[in-house]
Amino acid sequence: MQREARLIQGNQAIAEGAIYAGARFYAGYPITPSSEIAEECSRIMPGVGGMYIQMEDEIASIAAVVGASLAGAKAFTATSGPGFSLMQENLGLAVMGEVPCVVINVQRSGPSTGLATKPAQSDVMQVRWGRHGDQSIIALSPSSVKECFTLTVQAFNLAERFRVPVILAADEIVAHMRESFTAPAPGELEVVDRKKPACPPGQYKPFEAGEDGVAPLAAYGSRYVFHVSSSMHGPDGYSNNSPANAAWRVAQLHRKIETHRDEIVMTRSYYTGDGCDVLLVAFGAVTRAARAAALEARKRGVKAGVLQLITLWPFPDLEVAVLGENARTVVVPEMNYAGQVAGEVRKALGPGKDIRRVNKFNGQIITPKDILEAVM
Amino acid sequence: MSHATGVKYLKDGVLPHMWCPGCGAGTVLGAMLRAFEELDFKNEETVVVTGIGCWGKADDYLVTNALHTTHGRALAFATGIKAFNPRLNVVVLMGDGDSVTIGGNHFIHAARRNIDLTAIVVNNMNYGMTGGQVSGTTPAGKITSTTVYGNPEREFDICALADAAGANYVARGTACHGWELQNSIKEALTKKGFSLVEAISPCPTHFGRNNNLKPALEMIRWLKEKAVPVEQYDPLAHPKEEGYFPFGRLVDRNAPDFNTRYEEIRARAARS
Repeated sequence: MQREARLIQGNQAIAEGAIYAGARFYAGYPITPSSEIAEECSRIMPGVGGMYIQMEDEIASIAAVVGASLAGAKAFTATSGPGFSLMQENLGLAVMGEVPCVVINVQRSGPSTGLATKPAQSDVMQVRWGRHGDQSIIALSPSSVKECFTLTVQAFNLAERFRVPVILAADEIVAHMRESFTAPAPGELEVVDRKKPACPPGQYKPFEAGEDGVAPLAAYGSRYVFHVSSSMHGPDGYSNNSPANAAWRVAQLHRKIETHRDEIVMTRSYYTGDGCDVLLVAFGAVTRAARAAALEARKRGVKAGVLQLITLWPFPDLEVAVLGENARTVVVPEMNYAGQVAGEVRKALGPGKDIRRVNKFNGQIITPKDILEAVM
Repeated sequence: MSHATGVKYLKDGVLPHMWCPGCGAGTVLGAMLRAFEELDFKNEETVVVTGIGCWGKADDYLVTNALHTTHGRALAFATGIKAFNPRLNVVVLMGDGDSVTIGGNHFIHAARRNIDLTAIVVNNMNYGMTGGQVSGTTPAGKITSTTVYGNPEREFDICALADAAGANYVARGTACHGWELQNSIKEALTKKGFSLVEAISPCPTHFGRNNNLKPALEMIRWLKEKAVPVEQYDPLAHPKEEGYFPFGRLVDRNAPDFNTRYEEIRARAARS
């Protein structure tokens, strides 16, 4: 990786971030606006001892990623809305089997083929709830080329740490935007590897959670022999249909995320040091418009600030509550119709709060002017 | 001389198995485990990947590494395992629903890619686990719980499909020819590249009962009569329309497998 400043695209930064994090396996199916990630990986992977494999569809792509991860790889795939929908069932297996993996979802406008090359932020709920059954995942959202790199590294770290799929919910704007970027030196960013078993091989139980709620994960081909199942299973990985076991396991899949919330939830605030009357809650590319809108509002005498949601799931409800509590008005600009994040903000702040939504769902970016109209 | 039993790959206390009396899945499992033993497969170096269905439950009985996956996608999970660690023996167990109905796309592409996996498909010509519904291999005209007036669609020939898609090795066996099946599985496991063994199996509970082949013994007699060793198979004497089919080794090629090809790509990347 070149260390001098370069003008690169978000998608390229994502591919380079994955390599930096130690990813050595990419399986995917090309789809706009994520395809540059596949192209970069096909170029980089064979040269670093890794593998790029183009699968027959997105269902197979996430399946191959899960398989490679269980063979010991840090593995990932990249897609957009239609492909992300196809991945949901096998992502559920990654949740159930507690298989670390990363999925980049470069969001585009829908529904269906929609405006295939245009940006959107309408997969927030699909990211969280797209799979059937009770389950919990982690999702991050970058707002710049630099964050495309750093949050991809974070996504791998969290996936490895918690044995859970992590979704990087990018959008077409950050993915195709070019910014000056200098790659961090090796060691500059923390890189986390999954916890491996240390017990004698005969005693290894792949789903027996330790004190931190996360079981060590061996690799196929190591001296540890183990079972992983999409079906309800006991600590040894074999089928177990007892109600007590099922209740414990479903709760555990949630608990391991919930009890480590503070390690996972990341936000950043801008212009909130002096307290703000108007709080803009934004994520992804729209954060940039929100920051410009807040600065403009301040010029016009309104004390506005921005809370950027870097982690989307688990939702930063406490962070929203702390900053939103003292604000007169909270504005949530997002590129979807229903106000998918605004609903969560409402949950965090209660029914009495003045919450204004700014929604755009025509394939165009939300501008600072769009937001200012709701602020002023 | 002692013969392989395959028992060392069975989990303690799991027998008797869950499959219906007269079902062939147990026979196929036995043939596979004896083949494992004859080839001296180590649990640490072996991953059995299963789909969903009666045969997809087979991993419950095994002490090798295993991954029990989603319906139809076993080959795609297995592809990731084998692609990342080519030293592993990766064996994929699927039914006719998994392999060529819901999972048909993965089946043809695994064969085209010639990834070094062995697929063992138990074809019982219907969806046994969910109550005997029609599958992509149910013969035309046959009765199932969702084709009560007869199947209006034609059936896939799984072996011909694998052949056309580029598999290096294709064999057909039946659950009534255990010794031959075991040898086919052994050949498939030692063949580099994508290998397929189709094992035709009775489903007396559903397919047989619905198609005038009960009791279970009738289906076994039917299979014994209709299955002809490929060396003796003559399409004129054994018309397909009357249900005859050849069994044994049908395809044997040596095209380079995916991982071998990818090593060439890595070498090219290193030079560029």
